[in-house]
Amino acid sequence: MAGLSTSKEYENPFKRNWVSTGIWALVGVYLVYSFNAMGLTWDRFVQGLGHADKLLDRMFPPNFDRWELLLSGLAESLEIAVIASVSGIVLSLFFGLFAARNLMPNWVSVPMRGFIALCRTFHPVIIAILFVKSVGFGALAGILTLIVASIGFIAKLFAEAIEEISLKQVEAIRATGAGFVSVILFSVMPQVFSRFIGFSVYQLDSNLRNSTMVGIVGAGGLGGTLFSAFQRFDYDFVAAILITIIALIMLGEFLSNIVRNIFR
Amino acid sequence: MNTMNHHWQRFTLKQKLSRYAVYLVLIMAMVQSIQSVEVIPEFFFDAPEQMADMFSRMWPIDFAYYPVSVHDAMIETLNIATLGTLVTLIFALPLALMNASNIVASPWVHWIAKFFLVSSRSVNSLVWALLFVSIFGPGVIAGVLAIAFRSVGFVGKLLGEAIEEVNMGPIEALRATGASWISVLLKGYWPQILPAFFSIVLFRWDINVRESAVLGLVGAGGIGVVLSDSMNLFEWQRVAVALLSIFVVVIIAEIVVVNIRKRLI
Repeated sequence: MAGLSTSKEYENPFKRNWVSTGIWALVGVYLVYSFNAMGLTWDRFVQGLGHADKLLDRMFPPNFDRWELLLSGLAESLEIAVIASVSGIVLSLFFGLFAARNLMPNWVSVPMRGFIALCRTFHPVIIAILFVKSVGFGALAGILTLIVASIGFIAKLFAEAIEEISLKQVEAIRATGAGFVSVILFSVMPQVFSRFIGFSVYQLDSNLRNSTMVGIVGAGGLGGTLFSAFQRFDYDFVAAILITIIALIMLGEFLSNIVRNIFR
Repeated sequence: MNTMNHHWQRFTLKQKLSRYAVYLVLIMAMVQSIQSVEVIPEFFFDAPEQMADMFSRMWPIDFAYYPVSVHDAMIETLNIATLGTLVTLIFALPLALMNASNIVASPWVHWIAKFFLVSSRSVNSLVWALLFVSIFGPGVIAGVLAIAFRSVGFVGKLLGEAIEEVNMGPIEALRATGASWISVLLKGYWPQILPAFFSIVLFRWDINVRESAVLGLVGAGGIGVVLSDSMNLFEWQRVAVALLSIFVVVIIAEIVVVNIRKRLI
């Protein structure tokens, strides 16, 4: 039994990972630095919590007395979302096709990809501000903003989906002597259409969310109502608007799940 | 012989009808919206001219303004985004654990976690910022909290899904040794979700950099304040330098995140 020695040093199975320890240390250092740099203190936070109490007091119960104003804002938001999504989806269909590197020559796809990237870079609110300055306050600015946002999202993903298709079917259709449009319609679209619908439904949902927000900078919809209620300190009406927005978004998610199931 | 004439169809009648119903509803909604939306056609046709006018006012870009106030505001924006992402973790980690069905089995806890995650995502970051500005007053703290509360839904949901996908073998092995639940979490789950964790956090940070650039428009600090001030003063050349710096920072953030994620996965 002398061969069985228990004195062998086993390696610790849970060794310290120095890389992740280093990352956490950096995070700690950053926290100290950023709290100092931005002048955040605990006092300020605690002071704010007192205000939060007051604010919540004034928000409840929500005040639905001005439901006509609420409803007209809601209708405008919905109109913005629908028009922007439909136009954005149709435009992205073409833009996505033109940006796909396996179907188009470089001189078409490269500028198109640049344009799509430009649409994606700026936050919708910044685009909304620029449109409000150029086409005035109102729903039109909101519609144009969300069209740009939709192109940035759908066209990019659609182009990527097209780049992943199998080229065998494209070749087969070409071999029959089909023209360019027929090649797109009968070999490319059947392969990517369900994904395209998926992106479009997602974007419809996100346009619905954003249409309630672009109003904050004057681009029409429920956001404008919300912002003016904030500025007039009508916090009970603010609560009513917020509840409406959350209900609208949940309804949107429910509907988009139905559409997804239909097209699966 | 009958089979030769059989007409093959890709979809059943029900599938076709429900698809056409979706198209029909969409077209009806579109027609209804176009008829009732209040758009002044003159403004629409005038738009290209107005846009050209706006861009001509932006030129030449006032680069001298960058060191004056854009630089500090940009650093502040990055700080808001980073700090907001870190604060999110305080709320998102417990919610993700509550949302993962292999950690907590109770459906009630799932519902509570889902409720918080969905309401965090439903309210836009600008709306969160408005709320926090009215609580804490204008400034950075409102921005950080707005970013944090907005991100909870995203980070919590994805992290919860990552936790559900872990391999249960090591977890069971640890439990068999009699390890406490905290050791199981730290030594069993945590190493397995680590790559997903960093990837999700970095991805959200990238989104937060974009979002924190606009929070200033409602007074929550960062480059947005500079942007809205210059816009209210019609200093379009300063607006241009602010927009350009946002553009550059967003692009750099995306490149950094894409490269780090490539190494992680």
